Amino acid sequence: MEALLIKVEKRNDVSPSIYFLTPILAIFLTLIGGAIIFYVLGFNPIEALKFFFVTPISDLYGLSELLVKATPLCLIAIGLSFCFKSNNWNIGAEGQLIFGGIVGGGVALLFYGHDGFYVLPIIILSGAIGGMIFALIPAILKTYFNTNEILVSLMLVYVAKLLLDYLVVGPWSNPEGFNFPETRQFSESARMPILFDGLRIHAGIFITLATVFLSWLILYKTYLGFQIKVSGLSLKTAKYAGYKGKTMIIIVFIISGACAGLAGVGEITGPIGQLHRNISPDYGFTAIIVAFLGRLNPVGIIFASLVVALTYLGAETAQIFLQVPKYTGQVFQGMILFFLLGSDYLLFFKIKFLGLRKNEL
Amino acid sequence: MSFDINFIGILIGAVMASSVPLILAACGELITERSGVLNLGVEGMMIIGAISGFALMVVTDNLFLAVIGSMLSGLIISIIFALLTQSLLTNHVATGLALTIFGIGMSAMIGKNFVGIPGKEFPLLFVDLKESVPFLGPIFFGHSIILYFAFLLPFLTNYFLKNTKLGLIVRAVGDSPTSASNQGINVLLVRYSCILYGGAMCGLAGAYLSLIYTPQWIENMTGGRGWIALALVVFATWSPIKVLIGALIFGGITILQLHMQAVGLRIPVQLLSALPYIMTIIVLVVISRDSRKIKLNTPTSLGQIFYKEK
Repeated sequence: MEALLIKVEKRNDVSPSIYFLTPILAIFLTLIGGAIIFYVLGFNPIEALKFFFVTPISDLYGLSELLVKATPLCLIAIGLSFCFKSNNWNIGAEGQLIFGGIVGGGVALLFYGHDGFYVLPIIILSGAIGGMIFALIPAILKTYFNTNEILVSLMLVYVAKLLLDYLVVGPWSNPEGFNFPETRQFSESARMPILFDGLRIHAGIFITLATVFLSWLILYKTYLGFQIKVSGLSLKTAKYAGYKGKTMIIIVFIISGACAGLAGVGEITGPIGQLHRNISPDYGFTAIIVAFLGRLNPVGIIFASLVVALTYLGAETAQIFLQVPKYTGQVFQGMILFFLLGSDYLLFFKIKFLGLRKNEL
Repeated sequence: MSFDINFIGILIGAVMASSVPLILAACGELITERSGVLNLGVEGMMIIGAISGFALMVVTDNLFLAVIGSMLSGLIISIIFALLTQSLLTNHVATGLALTIFGIGMSAMIGKNFVGIPGKEFPLLFVDLKESVPFLGPIFFGHSIILYFAFLLPFLTNYFLKNTKLGLIVRAVGDSPTSASNQGINVLLVRYSCILYGGAMCGLAGAYLSLIYTPQWIENMTGGRGWIALALVVFATWSPIKVLIGALIFGGITILQLHMQAVGLRIPVQLLSALPYIMTIIVLVVISRDSRKIKLNTPTSLGQIFYKEK
């Protein structure tokens, strides 16, 4: 009998190269996993993967769609990275996105028929404030009542969804809309400018890019960013250093709420142009995957948002060509996170192969 | 509208039926959480149970196999979660979310060929008693065996946790895995078992939806019930009996909505639907501000990663 001897050792320090290589490993493993699933379901795996990951971005329109989907994902994930870095588990970004959309959409309806350069900035600002307010609920409950932020932020997602549903069915529904659950189409002055004729890519991408740059500045060049990182690494150290823990919780929630609210308002003034029941295909939840895949790093998150946006597009293409349901994208999103989290084991533990040894039976 | 006493009985019966998936999933998750593991994958495991149960029913034409199969598939998918969080020490919150996202996607892929197929009639017990006994008949009789099991489960769970040695071990692992480990308890084994049990119960909850409650397969048919079940565990402050009460309240609100529309009351249904979530937040605030209250039943190590140096 021969036995392969494997020894697992705890690493003393995390190797930076592995830290940024494991996401690529996770994507690779996801592709293999996806091929296996397609094969089991009776598809040609290579062809199916091609429909999923190549066909959608093989023309200009596809590339524009990729950016349209990556824009909100990246924005929300950037905000979440502040929370996750400081060990605050805001998983209700979907609710903050919807509430930002509600507030922004309400203002847009208020300005219905108004022209003027000031309309759009006011709408965008109010959307950000809406997301911020909604994120403040779990933050304040956590700081003053010691309430678990995971559960509160999650419960609020459903409250926001139901509020949106109430508004578009009831008081805000289009008076000339034959009782469809949707508001009026916003005026032209309330819409994000389209960047190229015939494509859907809109000015929201500049908001996202500006936020990425700002958050890089805050995280890596300011004392606040340093405090956030330290409290994420060790709460005890942060307390010992005298950081105001409560203020920090509020700040990171405000940042991530504002980002999610901006994403929401970007969607309704950009590609959608009105409020209806489904203003987000779960961007708020998927952004959690983006944040992890991007290693909570602003540049990493840009790349991660493109990868995850591709799973959305791929699912749409595959739905047309392979007649698979649109939820197929979620299989890939789930797998990416599984493999990424799993491969993190390599960060903290060394696996040593001690060679083969003959065992006597 | 006349105040028919029999109608009230039927209403109560309907409330009970709509609370069954919540009770099953919440009781499963309660055991998982009591061992110190926070599994946010309830929704994913439920929907996998729903499609596997329905698919097995269509393929084998055997309801017994379908129910057992749904529990097994819930269990199998929870192995992914157990493996990652317990053996590869991943973050519980992120892994659970991945499980839910993956489960919803996977169930839609498997269920592609089962959309639009009519379900089979599930045998109901004591149907003649339901008709003949006024008021109490529709409450106590004419239900499926899974409903009776679900209403027994909180009491069984309570007995298990409070009065058995295994229950004590589960609680010990949840409160302090390190001390439990020092006492010679195999923490990993206990947590794996609790996660797998939770998975099986969520699978059964899903099967109740696709085989009995609305006997068909619809994409995303659990519709957030998994998240309500999660909220319910906290709402009940980790006590099985309170899970039962909470599930009846949550189920009651669902039924109330349906009937309020019929009666024509002018309260928006969305407000009613939001009530369970808002109530959960309020309960969370009330139990969390008093540290003694929350310490009473909360598994102290909930969601923390346990690593034993070898």
